[in-house]
This record gives sequence, C-alpha cells and structure tokens, in this order.
Amino acid sequence: MITSLAPRSDFPLLAAAPALHYLDSAATAQKPQVVLDALARFYTYDNANPHRGAYELSARATERYHDARATIARFIGATHAECTLFVRGTTEAMNLIAYGWGETHIAAGDAIVVTAMDHHASFVTFQQLAKRTGAEFRIAELTDDGQIDMQHLATLLDSRVKLVAFPHVSNALGTINPVHEIVAMAHRCGAIVVCDGAQAVPHLAVSVEALGVDFYAFSGHKLGGPMGIGVLWGTQRMLEQMSPWQFGGDMIEVVGDQDTTFNALPHRFEAGTPNAADAVGLAAACDYLSGIGMDRVREHERALTAALLVELSSMDGIQIFGPLDAELRSGVASFAFEDVHAHDLATILDEHGVCVRAGHHCAQPLMRRLGVPATARASLWVHSTTDDIDALLHALHHAKSLFADAVTR
Amino acid sequence: MSDLDELYQSIILDHNRRPRNYGEPTASNRRASGHNPLCGDEVTVWLTVNDDVITDVHFVGQGCAISKASTSLMTEAVRGKTRTEALGMFDRVHDLLTGKADPMTERKTLGQIAALGGVSRFPIRVKCASLGWHAFRNALQNEIASTESAS
Repeated sequence: MITSLAPRSDFPLLAAAPALHYLDSAATAQKPQVVLDALARFYTYDNANPHRGAYELSARATERYHDARATIARFIGATHAECTLFVRGTTEAMNLIAYGWGETHIAAGDAIVVTAMDHHASFVTFQQLAKRTGAEFRIAELTDDGQIDMQHLATLLDSRVKLVAFPHVSNALGTINPVHEIVAMAHRCGAIVVCDGAQAVPHLAVSVEALGVDFYAFSGHKLGGPMGIGVLWGTQRMLEQMSPWQFGGDMIEVVGDQDTTFNALPHRFEAGTPNAADAVGLAAACDYLSGIGMDRVREHERALTAALLVELSSMDGIQIFGPLDAELRSGVASFAFEDVHAHDLATILDEHGVCVRAGHHCAQPLMRRLGVPATARASLWVHSTTDDIDALLHALHHAKSLFADAVTR
Repeated sequence: MSDLDELYQSIILDHNRRPRNYGEPTASNRRASGHNPLCGDEVTVWLTVNDDVITDVHFVGQGCAISKASTSLMTEAVRGKTRTEALGMFDRVHDLLTGKADPMTERKTLGQIAALGGVSRFPIRVKCASLGWHAFRNALQNEIASTESAS
C-alpha cells in the first residue's frame, strides 16, 4: 500500500471530488491551494503593470515578478536568473529557439536531429525549421522497449548537425533519457542541445547546468502552476547569440525612427506586458514541490510506477509501451488493450471516475512506430496512491468483460 | 441500463467486432475520407450511385468501437436509398447523436441505427459516431474532404 506523498487536501479540485482518480497529470497537473492563493494574492494586493509605473504598487509587482524568476531559476539549478526566460509553455519555448536561434544559425546543408519520441512541440517546430532553411531533418529511432537507440543516434551525428533536440522524459512512454550521454555526443560534433523538460521538471530533481544542455524548456501547468506560463532556460552564450523573435514593449532599449536597440536579458525575449501573476503562481508551485523534495517525489512515483507496471503486466491482453523497468521511466504507463480501442477504454474508465489520456499524445511519429493509432496513458504525481491504481485496474477489468461479452452474447 | 451499457449495446459491439461491408470495393463511383485529428480516427467510404440510388456502400477505417460500429450501421442503412432519403437519414442520425431525438420513438423508423442513441449521453463521443456519416455525406457530393469540422 502506497499512500499519497502530498495530502489530497492540498489540491482543492481533488478534495472536492473524493471519488475522482486523476491519472492524467502528464497532460496537466492539478493545482495545489498554495498556487491558487499566490495568484489571488498577486491580483488582490500586488497587481500593477511591472516595469512601468513609477509608483510603489508597480514597483511591488515588478519585485514579485523578479522574485518569481529567481525562485524558479533556483528550482531548476540555474545560477543566473536572467537566463531563465518566461514563455507561454514548452511549445512557445521551442518556437523561440527555432525563430530566435535556428533562423540565423541553420542553413541549407546543415542538419537537425530529433528523436522518434519527440513531442509535436519540438518535432514539428524543428521539422518546419528544417523545411524553411533547407536543412536536413534526421530522426533518431527507438529500441523495441522505447528508449532512444543510441547506436542509431550516433550514426546521425556528424559535423553537419547544428541542433539536437530530445525530451528529457518522453511524454508518451515515460522513458527517462540519458541526457549526459546525448549532450556529450552532440557537443563532440559541434551541435547545440535542446532538451524538452516538460515531463521531467515536475517529477525529477533537475539541474539544467549540471545536465550540460544549451537550452532547456518546460511548462508551468504540468508542475502545478497555472496554464499559460513556462520557461526557456538557455546558457548565457546561447541567449546572447539569439535574436529577438517578438517585438514590442519591455524588450526595447532605445527606439529610433529607423532602428531600435534591445533590452538586456531576459527582457529582450519578453515583449509586452509580462505574465507576472502566472509567474508568481509558478514560483509558488516550485516552492510547494521544494517543500516536499524532488527526490521524494521521484521515489514515490518510482515505487507507484513499479506497482502499476506489475498490475498491468498481470492482465491478459495488455501491451505496455516503453521500458518495463521503473528505474528507466517516470510515472507514466502507456498501454494498449487488445480489442478495446483507447477511446472506448477512456470512456469506460471515466464512468469509474478514472481519468486517463487516450490518443496519440501529440506524438504521431511515435504512434506510427509503435504500430497503434492511439494508446491509453495513466500518469502519476505526488497525490497518486495505490487506490488510484486499484481503481484503474478495476475499471480495466470492467472494460474487458464488457467487450468480451460481445463475443458470447 | 446504465449509460455505459446503453452506449455499448450488443448491436454496437457486434458491428465493431464484425463490421459489415468492410473493405475497398472493386468498383465504385463516389469516395470520401474523414479524419478526426484530435483522436486519429480515420475512415474512407466508397459508394456506387446509379440513377440517384445508392446501390453499394463500403468502408475501411481505423478507430474506436463507436466510430467503427456507426459506420458499419450506416453502410447497411443507406444501401438501396435514394440520395434524398439518405440525406434525410443523416439529419435524423445527427439529431439522435446530439440528443435532439428520442431513441425509443426513432427505433421504429431507424431500426438498428437507433442503437447509436446511447452516444448522446457522451458528448465527447459524438464526433466518433458521426465521422463515418460525414464521410458518407461528403462521398455523396463526390468530395474528398476532412470531417474535422463535424459537429
């Protein structure tokens, strides 16, 4: 019996719905009360447009915004808060890299490498960058158990490769990728490394500097923060090479009639009124997780995932995708049920109060390789317990009997 | 019957397991495909229309039980119908799926298709059930079109 790491009462939505088994944290996390409080506090006491007004309230809003950036930078092991840029989410971060760095540093004859497990946010963004620039788009294939095929990746890396993108943790498979190894391989051939941390930061202790990547992106809403805020962290060297992508207020220094000089980091990449309230909310989510301890979060999810994999494996007709060793994966179990399509499964599970994601998980290239149109995905977080797993298994058995009856009746 | 039993009636499960008129026909004169990009369901419908009468219907598709069964039921229902009759049926199925028609009263006239009435309790599954019907309607108009705007 594994109880929750964080009490259910920390999450108002879960507290109000005691029968709900929320197993879709990989899509978006439920919000701790402290995050909602931080948002309300900002709008109630500190709301003004940061960086603009010369009055105390605006100064306070500015300070909250800067404090939030510092908290989040600390949470991901970034020494320089100014290298931690606020964006809408991982998708916008990837686009910022493609337009801000890719357009000026990648040309015809160069190559871009992604993996077959990349989320559409990076897969499509860099595929389209390759199309625009005339660069070759190379895809590292996966092993049968859903890990990046490192031998295949090695064959793709040569001096033409300028950018290598991969997820720290696969959203569809849960695979935890060997970041250090990939970084070393990519850097040896002179490529920069873009790591999608959307599925890692909420579940593992992450230190972007220790990982050695050039860019690291994640979304706030997956770690209990608000929707619409995320982070692109980059090394100072990379961010200084990057051109502004969006123009407007806040990002400028001096605007002449014919030319403009741009503000310092991080403001150069944050045009317009910043999303200060959501930054404050995200910082509260980071503080919440720091209070629990990311190592404990990982250990909780690892133990639950191991239990979940054992239960799923023991059921006839279930095919689990990704590594079967819980050490190699985060709290994600993607599976297909023979004869029951993922969407039918999701509807039946929903009737049991079990929320899972069914679909292609924004990873169509991966689904093609797995040979399935869709999978069902159960994902865990700090509030998950063996109760949730039991409810999932109970509902799966119901789905199985419902569809098996079709043969006999 | 629970909502779930209503949705997955034996007719639906049977048509999912043994879809009728499944496979690409050797001859046809109308064709359209439908795709739901949100869930990845795909269907292609082939029709043979002679003198305004639908004389043959086939389909191939990939999707959930609801979409497969609904399309299979459609192929049986529209065969032998005139274009006007079939389009009238499309409208009534749409009403059935969106809860605007009562399955009990429709049972007499719609026959087995009334089994799709259980879908109305599951609004997010309406697109699954209507995908094949939209492909059918597009095929009648001889257009190759996506039904992602299905409603």
